[in-house]
Amino acid sequence: MIEILLSASFWAAVLRIASPLIFATMGALICERAGVLNLGIEGIMVIGAFVGWMAVYLGLPLWGGVAVAFAAGAAIGLLHGILVVPFGLSQHVVGLGITLLATATAYFAYRLALPQVTTPPKIEPFQPWEVPLLSDLPLVGQALFAQTPLTYAAFACAGLVAFVLYRTPLGLALRAVGENPAAVEAQGVSVTGLRLGAVMVGSGLMAVGGSFLTLSAFSSFFFEMVNGRGWVCIALVVFGAWRPGKAVLGALLFAGFDALQIRLQQTPVGAVVPYQLFLMLPYVLSILALVVMSRRAQVPAALMVPYAKGER
Amino acid sequence: MSFGQDGAEGVLRLEGITKRFGALVANDGISLTLHRGEVLALLGENGAGKTTLMNILFGHYVADQGSVSVFGQPLPPGQPKAALAAGVGMVHQHFTLAEQMSVLDNITLGTQSLWRLGLGQGAARARVAQLSRDFGLAVDPMARVADLSVGERQRVEILKALYRDARILILDEPTAVLTPQEAEALFQTLRLATARGLSVIFISHKLHEVMGHSDTCVVLRHGRVVGQVATRDTDRARLAAMMVGGDLAEASVAPGVAGPVRLSLRGVQAGPLRDVTLDLRGGQITGLAGVSGNGQAALADLIGGMRAPERGEMRIEGQAVTAWTPRAALAAGVGRIPEDRHKTGTVGDFSLAENAVLETYASRFARGGFVDWAAVRRHTEALISGYDVRCPGPEARIRLLSGGNMQKLILGRVLEEAPGILIANQPVRGLDVGAIAYVHAQLVAARDAGAAVLLISEDLDEVMGLSDEIHVISEGRLSPGFARGSLGPAQIGLWMAGQGFSDGGADAA
Repeated sequence: MIEILLSASFWAAVLRIASPLIFATMGALICERAGVLNLGIEGIMVIGAFVGWMAVYLGLPLWGGVAVAFAAGAAIGLLHGILVVPFGLSQHVVGLGITLLATATAYFAYRLALPQVTTPPKIEPFQPWEVPLLSDLPLVGQALFAQTPLTYAAFACAGLVAFVLYRTPLGLALRAVGENPAAVEAQGVSVTGLRLGAVMVGSGLMAVGGSFLTLSAFSSFFFEMVNGRGWVCIALVVFGAWRPGKAVLGALLFAGFDALQIRLQQTPVGAVVPYQLFLMLPYVLSILALVVMSRRAQVPAALMVPYAKGER
Repeated sequence: MSFGQDGAEGVLRLEGITKRFGALVANDGISLTLHRGEVLALLGENGAGKTTLMNILFGHYVADQGSVSVFGQPLPPGQPKAALAAGVGMVHQHFTLAEQMSVLDNITLGTQSLWRLGLGQGAARARVAQLSRDFGLAVDPMARVADLSVGERQRVEILKALYRDARILILDEPTAVLTPQEAEALFQTLRLATARGLSVIFISHKLHEVMGHSDTCVVLRHGRVVGQVATRDTDRARLAAMMVGGDLAEASVAPGVAGPVRLSLRGVQAGPLRDVTLDLRGGQITGLAGVSGNGQAALADLIGGMRAPERGEMRIEGQAVTAWTPRAALAAGVGRIPEDRHKTGTVGDFSLAENAVLETYASRFARGGFVDWAAVRRHTEALISGYDVRCPGPEARIRLLSGGNMQKLILGRVLEEAPGILIANQPVRGLDVGAIAYVHAQLVAARDAGAAVLLISEDLDEVMGLSDEIHVISEGRLSPGFARGSLGPAQIGLWMAGQGFSDGGADAA
């Protein structure tokens, strides 16, 4: 156990596993801060994984794949946003519908594009990039600074989201629209515009999180690869009390448990205990952490409340 | 004071504003002019169209006809942003603040380009501090709005407008939620504002405020302007007559005939209540005077069954009370007019019919375990006509009703059960003159029918005008009962401040 926690490869794995979660959690956090619960996340991640991979498979550069994934996510976000913001439909129903629609669309398109294949074709994914100097540091060097560019981008993205939310007028308006849309309206800012924009950008980030799986973690697309990560991210937003920094901590915690359980399976204990119990570990521990952490969390007051002008 | 240097144009001009909601004409050809440095009071009963008019002015609604011009420039309809840019600031009745954010955040929200990097809060903070000083609006800019009192929140709303260089302030029933001291401070602020050349419109139906603090009164009734007068040329009675369209008989209530004691408390302790002793007699209105927050809510909850006595003895019709729950209170014939009709008096998204039977659906209107909706509907229709509830019908959501009509339904719901004991907690708060008179008449009628009425109010005039006996509550202690007319307002004020209690109040000598 101790030697696992002290190995560089463990920590490298933690960052790698956390990366897609961080992208998607930031996406969900932006949506929820603006007052929209986006349960389309799971499907949007699938679309992102598929579209990003397909773009690269068809010849685009890797960053081009990321960009295509973001655009596809934003497009689905626009659909989700139109349904729940101006039309004010139930955010649960629309979100789950989007997840079903997006997942099925991705699988269907994959089958249409590649009807014959039995083993998924591979692309050349992002390679680890060792940060000069920092990666030579003892212990932490190889653990933290020998990641793929997309992992660095995930952490940069979290920093950017935090900066925008707390240090810019846009972030101020975004947080306000999730607290009391009437306050935003009264100050002459468009509630609909803000919320639509937030859902589009948030959905784009979710899709980028999905594309991490095919462009960085693995080299091909296969069914069920998102495997509930979207739902984990929804929980991470709550765990992080709707704050980017704490949400990143939550993602790292979850990734830590996940990396740990894989390694524990290979220890003598793993020979005796059924591996399914290890697989449960990150979820069980995350639920416990969630219970502790989210006790005093401040939910955005207008989360899931549609806004209609002039209604009391 | 003299206005009119700005010519007949004024700083703000509404011309022929008409707004219809379906068949209802909320505003019917309204025109008015506001001058520089003027305080204009917009007066009218609930539903007269005051708020609609101001929402059109501010761009929340688009008028069907008519035009708005500010400083001689026409205002494009339906754009709050344009109104803000033209220098119109609005303080809504229901505050539009993001509670989890700081005062400063709420004030600067939307005042700078959204694409700017950085918030520049240092300069904003200095400016807010300056405005706070200039206009007497004390509030900590870094405080979280959720931690502020109602009065402070209103100051934030005014600061929001001033921060945007508003030249015209519109306040929608600004004092409805304020204590008298806070209201006085507000009017002080408005005086500072007009001294600096700002113009103010405030909406109100409190005649004494209008008389005390406005230069001009515009009276609306049924969506039309029925009068515009200089305040110094009129008086309360004439304004009231204009508002309701006829003379209001000055309410003089004949004393009640004291009956048996229906409810008695002996040395009861419950929450903030300390050693309370009280008798409520049938055929009497017992008034409870006191500054809000001194235990009135706890006493209402105690009698209404939401709170059980911790110590002491409580008897109803002579029977000692043991298990005391809301259901037991209803069964014992306690009727309740709750303090907050939106939060605890009604369920906003339920229909009138559903709200009308909230307390009786399981008893009177149950048929073999099912609700008898036909009977509920008949009952509701009877209430609507019997208590003059103006509404689209029994199926309408009660949220859509004005405060007065909502209160009338609550009144009907309670009085139709012929309660032996009636708790009326702030029964006329936020109501207009006509509705107030109606509610008071109904309370007196209930008294004459033999009910023991407990009237809780912060309005001393109301308590002294209606009550046969008055108690004063202060810091959870109850004064002895005083018979009608035996105590003047000044003496009651001393009790309210905590003097005279045997265990010594904060200011007792």
